Amino acid sequence: MGADAARGIEQVFRAEHGRLVAGLIRRFGDIDLAEESLGDALVAALQTWPEQGRPPNPGAWLATTAANRAIDRLRRESTRDARHSEAFAMTVNRPDPLLEAGALTEQDGAVTDDRLRLIFTCCHPALAPDARIALTLRLLGGLTAAEIARAFLVPEPTMAQRLTRAKRKIRTAGIPFRVPRAADLPGRIDGVLAVLYLIFNEGYLATVSGAPVEQDPGRDASARDDSGRDESPRDESPRDGSLRDDLCAEAIRLTRVLRTLLPDEPEVTGLLALMLLIRARRPARLRDGVLVPLDEQDRRRWDRAGIGEGHDLVRACLHRNRPGPYQIQAAINAVHTDAATPADTDWAQIVALYDQLRAVHPSPVVELNRAVAVAELDGPAVGLALVEPLALAGYPAWHVTRADLLRRLDQRDEAAAAYDRAIALTGNPAERAFLRRRRAGIDGGAGVGT
Amino acid sequence: MKQYMLSVHHESPAEVATISDEDMQRMFQQVDAFNEEVRQAGAWVFAGGLEGIESATVVDARGGAAVITDGPFAETKEYLGGFWVITAADLDEALEWARKGSAACEGRVEVRPFQGEA
Repeated sequence: MGADAARGIEQVFRAEHGRLVAGLIRRFGDIDLAEESLGDALVAALQTWPEQGRPPNPGAWLATTAANRAIDRLRRESTRDARHSEAFAMTVNRPDPLLEAGALTEQDGAVTDDRLRLIFTCCHPALAPDARIALTLRLLGGLTAAEIARAFLVPEPTMAQRLTRAKRKIRTAGIPFRVPRAADLPGRIDGVLAVLYLIFNEGYLATVSGAPVEQDPGRDASARDDSGRDESPRDESPRDGSLRDDLCAEAIRLTRVLRTLLPDEPEVTGLLALMLLIRARRPARLRDGVLVPLDEQDRRRWDRAGIGEGHDLVRACLHRNRPGPYQIQAAINAVHTDAATPADTDWAQIVALYDQLRAVHPSPVVELNRAVAVAELDGPAVGLALVEPLALAGYPAWHVTRADLLRRLDQRDEAAAAYDRAIALTGNPAERAFLRRRRAGIDGGAGVGT
Repeated sequence: MKQYMLSVHHESPAEVATISDEDMQRMFQQVDAFNEEVRQAGAWVFAGGLEGIESATVVDARGGAAVITDGPFAETKEYLGGFWVITAADLDEALEWARKGSAACEGRVEVRPFQGEA
């Protein structure tokens, strides 16, 4: 069989994976069984489709085949603890509040609900954050443990164990396969969005040190571009590099799926817009392995389609008038991407949006990013006065911001010291290279060696 | 249905010692109300608050002859204050009870499933 044919089948499989595994979990009440029988179905597809042609409805073919394989496995494995599976199946088959409320028809509900149930299960607060990310990518994204391991720069056995433990916890603690009840829904949706944003950030910021990316909404909306592709020697292979961007694409894809499943939740739309707008600027963020700040980017390299869609989504959110942190951050990014040149940037509107953001999501990082915008309006001295008192000594962007403001105020020694501190704290080589260049541009002050 | 233990841990004996009688009374009333709610819902299996660690005794018969020691089992300052055993359909239900229990006794609650099925 040709490589193209195999790849084509695997693409279909990946695209359908979430829907298929969710349906199998609902039917059989066992994640491992669902995964294994789906794997069997893929093998069968690779064997029969090239000869017999692709079936008219590949998803249905895979679903039926996988279900048959699952039944076969259950019959063969007579030692499987039937009571235990049954107990989980009981959890699964409880009446679903959404179905009962008629929000989804029985017909659509059977397909739509399952992915929604699965996404809430994978992102359950009782699971560790690492586990939620791994499980979401594995079950909904259809990535293999090896692919997830490579994307997060951990050894494959570590990632495999993380997945095994997560599934075991779901079983033993009795994490149910259901959509949360209405009272819990807002908090649980926030949890899902946080997981998706973590996945996106992992693919986008690609920290070398492996330290978790700070999950603060204010950070990524800053006027300063934080970083681009990870250029460290480990990631020089194009496969790893493209896999990191694949994570961004996967995060966006899953957020789109979530949006079709929860069309009335504006924060889901807000997150999608935010991701699209950030990613649209990616082509302009690096030049020769050095980070290019927002005000120096070649805006012709921005992805216009991504920006167009992001702007449309932001407008849709404004109409809903149920603002939230992701929507506000998306709006901030939209103000930037709306400007033809840096000088056209509507900084007053950005400050106003940060005022909104700090009201719903106060944090020192939001204050920091707001100060950057204020500096553009009222000058670096005013901005610096807002930045200094923030308790962010361990946060590289704080030092970078201080350094930049001090440089603009011609306080060279202090600026040099701040750049040195920022360089010491920054793991990303592209960003480091940028900071060194800025540092070298300052006269006076003995610097850390380039 | 599954069974879960909801256990309340205190940071240290000192933490409990500093609670005023007034606060203690309030917590008792809150816990009583919570217990009644658990019973009404049919989720109650067993629960109780434990006497302080000064009343604890440890028995170790691993070597054959039993060694009896005054004091609690754990070396750490943190110790078990009390617990509820409840039945729940799934973890979400158990967590909802734990939320209410934690608010009632004004402490952190650990939720752990029992092995096997109820």
